[in-house]
Amino acid sequence: MRTVYYVTALLVVLTISIGGFRGRRSTQPPIEVFPDMNRQAKYKPQAGSKFFADGRADRPLAAGVVPRGRTIAPDPDFLRADNFLYRGQTTSGEFARDFPPELALDEKFMQHGQERYTIYCAPCHGALGDGQGITKSYGMVTTASYHDDRIRKMPEGEIFNTITNGKNTMSPYADKLSPEDRWAVIAYVRALERARQGAVSDVPADHKADLGL
Amino acid sequence: MSHVFSKRSNSLPLQLVLYLFVLGGTVTAAVTYYCTPKYLRVGYAPVQPVPYDHSLHAGQLGLDCRYCHSNVDQSGFANLPTSQTCMNCHKLVKPQSPLLAVVRASFESGAPVPWVQVHKAPDYVYFNHAIHVNRGVSCVECHGRIDQMTVVTHAKSLSMKFCLDCHRAPAQFLRAPQDLYHLAASTLAEQGRTADAARFIQQAKIKPPQSCSGCHR
Repeated sequence: MRTVYYVTALLVVLTISIGGFRGRRSTQPPIEVFPDMNRQAKYKPQAGSKFFADGRADRPLAAGVVPRGRTIAPDPDFLRADNFLYRGQTTSGEFARDFPPELALDEKFMQHGQERYTIYCAPCHGALGDGQGITKSYGMVTTASYHDDRIRKMPEGEIFNTITNGKNTMSPYADKLSPEDRWAVIAYVRALERARQGAVSDVPADHKADLGL
Repeated sequence: MSHVFSKRSNSLPLQLVLYLFVLGGTVTAAVTYYCTPKYLRVGYAPVQPVPYDHSLHAGQLGLDCRYCHSNVDQSGFANLPTSQTCMNCHKLVKPQSPLLAVVRASFESGAPVPWVQVHKAPDYVYFNHAIHVNRGVSCVECHGRIDQMTVVTHAKSLSMKFCLDCHRAPAQFLRAPQDLYHLAASTLAEQGRTADAARFIQQAKIKPPQSCSGCHR
């Protein structure tokens, strides 16, 4: 009987030697002990497909399709006919000034713009909009500053167009920012520009003490 | 008549039963230790086609998680970035690097970069990223300190118990909205702001389901 215990102990030592401990790094895919229905015959986003020639389950869009939005309810504006809201242009095709009237320019909108700006724009354009983002020291040296007269005087619609389609070394950001996001970002950019131009006389009298003025 | 069996064999049945208990205990311990996600999944760090370094991009440069995983707060699925997202910077930053050859090829041809998925829930689990991050569950809660990882490694077990621990007591795991994508931030509970966590749960109507159909459909 003693031998049996010895063999068992040996097996335990062997298992630990081979199996190691929890958290061990491995490049091999995890073993699924009870695979059951873990992997089903269905397509998930960005997954592969053996059916389509390009090997992708996600299908490229056919020419001319428009997104229906994220709501199930029918969206009356789904054709994106509004030139101002979706392209930043006036009816005559020029870049529009100011913001589309259907957007409420309130604090919530501005905060949303700040959040999106910080995620997508600040890495290159910098938190202050001066083109001194973190990527500058890594080789992105041509980033524009919003405080140049050229951009301060640029119609909002033209900035919208730049975000949508990119310009020079800047790639398009239409896949990351929805049209509403883009307008919110532009509102925040305008706020950054205004802040840079600020003077002591802009500070309300009851807040001067807070800033030590 | 001589003895066929030695006297010792009288205790054999008892010894056998005893041994079976020892064996059963050992096997149970081994299965519990080795056949659960804490052993099987944690530590999985596949070799990726591009040696993308999260500790550089998310840690050192401070890029927001959403710069690349841009749909995570709007969609159930946390997307991998398009190769254009990489090229936004790498057109100018290290444009000739051989490590980025796969990305450049993908950008030119339109064929996707064959990233290897690290965190893979079973297909019968309907996990929704947007619902979680928009209600105070930070990336770090399930993915660990990605901003410190050179190679993305499966850090948490993501077992069903792991999900239920939070679904049963969300107040301990929630973070403030501005801390969600700052992986070093601690939870509201860790900051001692339990009242804030309770108010957040009430305001955001956080009622994590514990029924089967909450996650399995």
